[in-house]
Amino acid sequence: MSKDNQVLEEFTSKEYEHGWTVNLEADSAPKGLNEDIVRFISAKKNEPEWLLEWRLKAYRHWTTMKEPRWPNVTYPAINYQDIIYYSAPKQKVQPKSLEDVDPELIKTFEKLGISLTEQKRLTGVAVDAVIDSVSVATTFKEKLGELGIIFCSFSEAVREHPELVKKYLGSVVPPNDNYFAALNSAVFSDGSFCYIPKGVKCPMELSTYFRINAANTGQFERTLIVAEEASYVSYLEGCTAPMRDENQLHAAVVELYAMKDAEIKYSTVQNWYPGDKNGKGGIYNFVTKRGLCAGDHSKISWTQVETGSAITWKYPSCILKGDYSSGEFYSVAVTNNFQQADTGTKMIHIGKNSKSRVVSKGISAGKSQNSYRGQVHILKRAENARNFSQCDSLLMGDQCGAHTFPYIDVENKSAHVEHEATTSKIGEDQIFYCLQRGIDEEAAVALIVNGYAKEVLKQLPMEFAVEAQKLLALTLEGSVG
Amino acid sequence: MLRIKNLHARVEEKQILNGINLEVKPGEVHAIMGPNGSGKSTLASVLAGREDFEVTEGTVEFLGKDLLEMEPEDRAREGIFLAFQYPVEIPGVSTVNFMKTALNKIREYRGQDTLDAVSFLTLMKEKIKLVEIDPSLLSRSLNEGFSGGEKKRNEIFQMAMLEPKLAILDETDSGLDIDALRIVANGVNKLRTKDNATIVVTHYQRLLEYIVPDYVHVLYKGKIVKSGSKELALELEEKGYDWIKSEVEVA
Ligand SMILES: Nc1ncnc2c1ncn2[C@@H]1O[C@H](COP(=O)(O)OP(=O)(O)OP(=O)(O)O)[C@@H](O)[C@H]1O
Ligand SMILES: [Mg+2]
Repeated sequence: MSKDNQVLEEFTSKEYEHGWTVNLEADSAPKGLNEDIVRFISAKKNEPEWLLEWRLKAYRHWTTMKEPRWPNVTYPAINYQDIIYYSAPKQKVQPKSLEDVDPELIKTFEKLGISLTEQKRLTGVAVDAVIDSVSVATTFKEKLGELGIIFCSFSEAVREHPELVKKYLGSVVPPNDNYFAALNSAVFSDGSFCYIPKGVKCPMELSTYFRINAANTGQFERTLIVAEEASYVSYLEGCTAPMRDENQLHAAVVELYAMKDAEIKYSTVQNWYPGDKNGKGGIYNFVTKRGLCAGDHSKISWTQVETGSAITWKYPSCILKGDYSSGEFYSVAVTNNFQQADTGTKMIHIGKNSKSRVVSKGISAGKSQNSYRGQVHILKRAENARNFSQCDSLLMGDQCGAHTFPYIDVENKSAHVEHEATTSKIGEDQIFYCLQRGIDEEAAVALIVNGYAKEVLKQLPMEFAVEAQKLLALTLEGSVG
Repeated sequence: MLRIKNLHARVEEKQILNGINLEVKPGEVHAIMGPNGSGKSTLASVLAGREDFEVTEGTVEFLGKDLLEMEPEDRAREGIFLAFQYPVEIPGVSTVNFMKTALNKIREYRGQDTLDAVSFLTLMKEKIKLVEIDPSLLSRSLNEGFSGGEKKRNEIFQMAMLEPKLAILDETDSGLDIDALRIVANGVNKLRTKDNATIVVTHYQRLLEYIVPDYVHVLYKGKIVKSGSKELALELEEKGYDWIKSEVEVA
C-alpha cells in the first residue's frame, strides 16, 4: 500500500468510525439517528450535561432493542435512519386570511363548530382581533403562577426547574421501558410540564392550547405531570381539529405522578391524519402513557377519544401503588377506512384496597381493525383489590374487525375482578327507527354512536365533550349504507 | 290525504302485499284488522319507506305528492308517523334527546327555526300531561329496559311531540293493561283534529271502543278483502276470521 493510499484509507475509515460531524449552526439535523444526533439535539436545546447523559443512555439502550411486533397491526417496516430527528421550529408561511386556507379544512372546522378566531389560530392566520391566544395564555399563566402551579413547555421546565425535571423524568416510564419510549427518551423534542403544589386544586382545565410555544412540539413529545399531596389537576391534550403533520412516526411519552390524596385527570382527543380513504398516508401513533398512583388514596383517570392516525398503539396505564389508590380508563376508539388501532390499558394493583375501572368502547367501520388490549394485574400485596372492566365493540358494516385481548393476572385471592365484553352492530332497525322520526341517516349514526359512547364522553369536560361528539359523527360520516 | 292504489310489495322473493286499495281523508280513523302474517305491518313499513320491501306495482299519493318517491326521513317530515309494533332500543340516547333531534330535523325541513331549550321543555311538559307518561322514563335510554307497555306509551308520547298528519299505530294496544289502554286511547283521541288522520292496526275490538273508527278493513293474504263500519270489528271479534277466509276462497 502506498503512503498516499494509506492516508486516504485512514481518513475515510476515521470518518466512517466517527460518523459525520453535525453542523450546530444548521436548522435541522441530517437524516438518521446516532449518538451525534442525540448530542446535537441536546446542544441545540442548551441542555445540562445530566440530561444529555440521560438521552444517550436511552439511545444506547434503544439500539439493543427490537421494535415490538405483538400489536395487532401491520405496517411496512419503519426505516429509522430515514427520519429527521430535529428541525428548528420554523415559522410557516402565514396565510393572510382564511380564504388562503385549504377549503376542505375549513369545511371540517365548520362541521366541528370551531369558531372563526379558533380556525385562524389553528391554521396560523395572523390574528389581529383582541382575543389573541398568546395574551389569553399569558393571563392564564399569571393566574396559575399565583397558586404556585407550574405549567410550561418541557424545554422551559428543564431551564427553570431542573431539580423537578431531574427528579421525576423517567420515574414512571423509565427510558428503557419499551422500544418507542426509549426512542422518545433519546430524541424527544419538547412537550409539557406541569407541577401542582401540595394542597392546590387547579382551578381550570390545563390545556396545551393555553401554553405558549405549544406549536411545533414535533413528533417525539414528552409530557410530565406531577401532583403533590392532596392536589388536583385536570389536563386536556390535543384538540378536535384535524391535525396534519408531515412526520409519519409519532412516539410520545406521558408520565403522571400522583402523591397521597392527589388526583390527576388526563383527557385526550386524538385526531391525527388517518390517511386517505384508500389507506394511503396517515400518522403512526405509538404512544406510552402511564400514571403512578404513588401515594395512598391517590387517583388517576385517563379519558381518551381516539379518532385519528393510520395506526394507533397506545395503552394509558395506572400503577396503583398507594393503598386505596384508584385508576380509571375511559376510552372511545374509532377506526374507519383502513385505520388500525390497538389500544387499551394496564391496571397494575400493588396497594391494598386499590381499585380500577375500565370502560372501553371500540367503534369500527369501513375496512378498519380495532383491538382492545387490556391487562389487569393484581399483585400479591394488593389485598382486597377491585377491578371492573367493560369493553364493548360496535361494528358498522361487515368488512371491519373488532378484537378483544384481555389479560387477567391475579396473585391475591381476596381480589375481585370483573370483566364484561359485548359486540354489537348498528342495526338497520335502529337506523330505520330514526329515519321514521325525520332524522336522516348521518344524524342517526351520530346519535346512535354518541349514545353508545356516552359513558366515556361524559367523563370529558363539557365543551370538549360537545366537540368530541361532533368529531365522532364526522369520522364516521358515510360509513353506513 | 292518502290514496293507495293497487299496491304490491315483496320482501326478497316473497310477495306480501297483493294489490291494496285504500283512501284516507283528513279527520278519519281507519282500523286495519286481519290474521297474523296477513301483511299489516308490511303495509305500515312500506308506507313509512322501509327499504327491505320492494314495491312492485301500484301508487301511493300523500297530500298530493308521490309518497313512494320520497326518502323515509322526508316522509316523516311531511307528516307520516309510525308507532312501531316493536319499538327499537337505542342505548345511551334518551327519549328527550331523541325527540329534540327529530323535532329540529323536521322543523329544519319545514323552514322553521330550531326550538330553544325553554320552548322545547314547555312543549314536552304539555305533551307529558296529554299522554300521561312518567317523565322519568323520558330521560332513560330509549326503550332500553322498558316494559312492553312503557314502550307503547313512549311511542304515543313521540307521536304527540311530532304532531303528525297521518299516524299509523301498529298494534299499539298489545301489551297494554286496561288502564294504560284507556290512557293511550285518550291521548290519541285528544290529538285528533279535523286535519289529521289515523290508521289503527289492531287485533282487538276493545281498542276500537276507545278510538272509534270511521272504517274497518280486513287484510288477508296481502289484500283488503272486506271493509265496513265499526260494527265489522264487533262481528270479527265474535266470529273470528274463518268466515272471511272462506268467503275469499269461494270468490
Ligand atoms: N323481512 C322479511 N323477510 C321475510 N318474510 C317477511 C319479512 N317481513 C315480513 N315477512 C313475512 O311477511 C308476512 C306478513 O308479515 P307482517 O309482519 O306484515 O304481518 P302482520 O299482518 O303484521 O302480522 P301480525 O298480526 O302477526 O303482526 C309474514 O308471513 C312474514 O313472515
Ligand atoms: Mg304486525
